[in-house]
Amino acid sequence: MSVLLIAEHNNKEVRPFTYNAITAASQINEDLHVLVLGHQADDVAKSLSEVPNVKKVIHVDNEIYENYIAENYTAAIIKHAESYSHIVSSANTFGKNLMPRIAALLDTSQVSDIIKVISEDTFLRPIYAGNAFATVKSNDKKKCVTIRPTSFDPADKSGGSAEITKSDPAEASSSTKFLKKEEVKSDRPELGTARIVISGGRGMQNGENFKLISDIADKLNAAIGASRAAVDAGYITNDHQVGQTGKVVVPDLYIAVGISGAIQHLAGMKESKVIVAINKDGEAPIFSVADYGLEADLFEALPQFLSELNKLNTIQK
Amino acid sequence: MKILVAIKRVIDYNVQIRVKEDGSGVVTDNVKMSTNPPDDNAIEEAVKIKEAGKAKEIVAITIGEEKAQETVRKALAVGADRGIHVKVDNVIEPLAVSKILKKIVEKENPDLVFMGKQAIDDDCNQTGQMLAALLNWPQATFASKIEVKDNALEVTREIDEGLETIEVNVPAIVTCDLRLNEPRYASLPNIMKAKKKPIEQINASDLGVDINPRIEQIKVEEPPKRKAGIKVASVEELVQKLKNEAKVI
Repeated sequence: MSVLLIAEHNNKEVRPFTYNAITAASQINEDLHVLVLGHQADDVAKSLSEVPNVKKVIHVDNEIYENYIAENYTAAIIKHAESYSHIVSSANTFGKNLMPRIAALLDTSQVSDIIKVISEDTFLRPIYAGNAFATVKSNDKKKCVTIRPTSFDPADKSGGSAEITKSDPAEASSSTKFLKKEEVKSDRPELGTARIVISGGRGMQNGENFKLISDIADKLNAAIGASRAAVDAGYITNDHQVGQTGKVVVPDLYIAVGISGAIQHLAGMKESKVIVAINKDGEAPIFSVADYGLEADLFEALPQFLSELNKLNTIQK
Repeated sequence: MKILVAIKRVIDYNVQIRVKEDGSGVVTDNVKMSTNPPDDNAIEEAVKIKEAGKAKEIVAITIGEEKAQETVRKALAVGADRGIHVKVDNVIEPLAVSKILKKIVEKENPDLVFMGKQAIDDDCNQTGQMLAALLNWPQATFASKIEVKDNALEVTREIDEGLETIEVNVPAIVTCDLRLNEPRYASLPNIMKAKKKPIEQINASDLGVDINPRIEQIKVEEPPKRKAGIKVASVEELVQKLKNEAKVI
């Protein structure tokens, strides 16, 4: 049997985490098919057909798939589910919203947010905000799995030439209507895939002070993150939140500024390769996971940090 | 309108989780338990809707062992009208939870079902969506704003790219984000009053649904520990370490 991956895209481009999910999916079974549900998303289907790990692309084109309406997506996926042993997607807000709806209709107990494929039916997943790892074996005939994208490298994007087959849409739901999407546009790298992330917490005191962070982010070509406290306080928008109920990031360098380090925040960043903490409270729990801790007032440290960076001849991009 | 709010009793979010030495799970004996945090937001939102005159009754339901009743009692103290406790002896999976909830929905006929977007113990983030599927109702997940309209809800959802707004017809399922509202504390008089509110007890085994586990938990282990780092004395030292030792900038 084969694996069916549900692609995440914006009808023009494949969203980056789809490539990480492809890596995990092809570890489950090499016969990996990708389902593209979209509206005028031919470029997306074509890009995915060029991924060497992908053996087949199924493309369903209809305006009812322009936005992610889980009800519409689910109906289309169920139509194809019969031929597959596994239905998978990334465990971001796209897959989290969608997959359980599919699993329930297939009478399957979903395995959420896997960080390792042990075998076709056995997976490793974090529980309790990553404070424990559970090895779980699914005994359902058909398996629904969501994949933590940052735990897998992105698949190669070119060199393949999978067949693209067109398929018909399923019925649309009349009880859910898409109204609008407020997307935060930024020239910075995406938080989930950035090589460097600099995050601010409650210690930033207000939204204006995040300029100290964005100046450094500009210099380092970094994405900007935040603790839940900073988002709740309205310093910055929700799409920046790192943690158990926000995004999980695994950059090469994570700089936590004015963040105390509650376990819920650590759940979203503690797998980062190098962690820097800047905090004036030397007892803050963030220092227990930091490779380099600087006990200092961030309002003095951040401008100094920027000027030290400006002194460097080169900065890796 | 009638709102059913599903809540779960979990290890308190402040407790440092300890993994059992035999790998069978995490330590729960003598550990502080509380309502799953986003479930508090779900209750709060239902109470606000009722206070605005747009709902008549709020029913709080939990599924769990005997002590899970405490969470229902707490929901009654902040404004739910009555409670339901479905007794199960073991931990059950979200699919089984949603099957039980479906039975209760069929009995209670609510217009809306609210619950937290995920439980902070198993971090599954499945139950609301599964229940919506089983009932063939629309779903609005990760809600950070809910506006009640005539026979519909306008829901703002927190998604990776920012915010999305959808409209769902009633009946509907909403899973709540932590930013939906600020849950209130129960006042002492309300805690006393809640003791008189009814909690109906139902045995899961009487509902005729399959709640047997489909997933085997083979082992639970501690995640790899990060090795302790160092404190640097100055910003200059920090930048030098990042450049020359960690080689990340």
